[in-house]
Amino acid sequence: MEILDLFLFTPLADIADSPIFFAEVVIGGLLTGVMYSLVALGFVLIYKASGVFNFAQGAMVLFAALTLVGLMERAIPLPLALIATMAIMVGLAFAIEKWLLRPLVNQEQIILFMATIGLNFVFEGGGQIAWGSNVKKLDVGIPDTSFEAGGILFNTFDLSAAGIAAVLVFVLIIFFQKTTMGRALRAVADDHQAALSVGIPLRTIWIVVWSVAGFVALVAGIMWGSKAGVQFSLSLIALKALPVLILGGFESIPGAIVGGLLIGVIEKVSEVYWGPAFGGAIEGWIAYMMALAFLLFRPQGLFGDKIIERV
Amino acid sequence: MPAGLRPRLRNRAAETHTMNVERTFGDTLLDVKNISISFGAVKALDSISFNVLEGQILAIIGPNGAGKSSMLNCINGFYQPQEGSISYKGSPHHQMKTHEAAEQGIARTFQNIALFKGMSTLDNIMTGRNLMMKKNFLWQMLYIGPARKEELEHRAKAEEIIDFLEIEAIRKTPVGRLPYGLQKRVELVRALAAEPDLLLLDEPMAGMNHEEKEDMCRYILDVNDEFGTTIVLIEHDMSVVMDISDRVVVLDYGKKLAEGTPDEIRANQDVIDAYLGVKHD
Repeated sequence: MEILDLFLFTPLADIADSPIFFAEVVIGGLLTGVMYSLVALGFVLIYKASGVFNFAQGAMVLFAALTLVGLMERAIPLPLALIATMAIMVGLAFAIEKWLLRPLVNQEQIILFMATIGLNFVFEGGGQIAWGSNVKKLDVGIPDTSFEAGGILFNTFDLSAAGIAAVLVFVLIIFFQKTTMGRALRAVADDHQAALSVGIPLRTIWIVVWSVAGFVALVAGIMWGSKAGVQFSLSLIALKALPVLILGGFESIPGAIVGGLLIGVIEKVSEVYWGPAFGGAIEGWIAYMMALAFLLFRPQGLFGDKIIERV
Repeated sequence: MPAGLRPRLRNRAAETHTMNVERTFGDTLLDVKNISISFGAVKALDSISFNVLEGQILAIIGPNGAGKSSMLNCINGFYQPQEGSISYKGSPHHQMKTHEAAEQGIARTFQNIALFKGMSTLDNIMTGRNLMMKKNFLWQMLYIGPARKEELEHRAKAEEIIDFLEIEAIRKTPVGRLPYGLQKRVELVRALAAEPDLLLLDEPMAGMNHEEKEDMCRYILDVNDEFGTTIVLIEHDMSVVMDISDRVVVLDYGKKLAEGTPDEIRANQDVIDAYLGVKHD
């Protein structure tokens, strides 16, 4: 009875007591979720377009943010620094294609996955060698003030993040579904040999994909970096993207968004209302429990392609 | 496809191919000269030469490991031959990249189907036309004006070919869910969607039952008749080869054993000894 009270009645009573506070918690969760989605998007892009789970995505976020801050510290104005950082990410896409993907063409996906683990270390190490490892402050001029609407407290920074993510997703979906380049990307992800035979140049496609992933990493890096400071732990937010991907499905852009929002809300709500029952700090692991449950009952995620095996 | 079209096409194919009506061909489309390629110590192709005229159907036959697929791979740029040259449409190519081959109108299918299994039939077929769609992706994203017109034109053309090979019903189905015979047909449609001048078919009838083989034969002949597409195909089923091809090249251990019309090949003692075995009549 005491357990039931702790896990069911008290939290529900708390929610019923103060719906405004509950709404605030949910909105806070949604806005954190948007940030998760931003990181998850980078994974989905590369997975959709090359069938590879890019372990280095988190490190790319760190690297992009470090590069941007490093350039700004050297008194380069923001617009110029942004362009330069993007140029560096595109340059890296060329390098990755030439020295990583091209020698591994037609290899098993697990081998490409291992290669991205190596790439992860290169990005982490290289970024810190080049720009130093101390925590840096990033300010790109997104206003960070709070205001109240309908009794609920909003933060302009979080709202901007949500807006940026929405635009990014919309553009990416159109790009993948409506353009010949998008079709070519999906084709390459599916079958290298077949793609070559219809005249899709693999190299160009890979460079485009990794450049776009670099761009998404840059956006995620800016948002997370402005929020939490640019530091090594940025590369660890990739771990938060994992449950998002398992929930949303690895090949679905809308899935990355819905998954991110869900994880964000579940984390916040469970921490605030169910945290006391567990002695707090459940925010850190609840997402992974969710992921585990999904792996057991719906391994393709909410929006993933249905897994069908012909025998 | 309207129901009335089927018998007409079947008759036309039958006319030209079984009633010995003289078939006429254009200039040399593909000229293969002394092509050699080896993998380590294995000489996959040893100084192979042959040519294909416009509008011809040429079959490459030979036992497993004879170098048939290697030959196709050289023609469409998957392999770069170590010696020799391939001229296509009159201009010689020593090194041709796969996308250059595709741009110049060489399309192919594969022995073990190479389709985009997660994509719908229609999307698969549209990839075959990707090269022809020239509008910038920014235009395509906006889906307005010229880009939209272009997409619609190409869709219409794709639908035409879908009709031609009678796969209207499976347009939206993800290809991975289709039965084997249909997948082979979708692969042919994708190759045709590029409106190729030269079509390379690697065992288009492998693993098919008798009825499916007959259908596939008919489609190949129809394509050749209707679009004037030159076809180079690899096939193991001798009755099929003898029925549909104008010329036959026989490979054995990377060497060319014989070349000629089906009748000549049937009568060729080397071929009988090395490949067909003892005659059974």
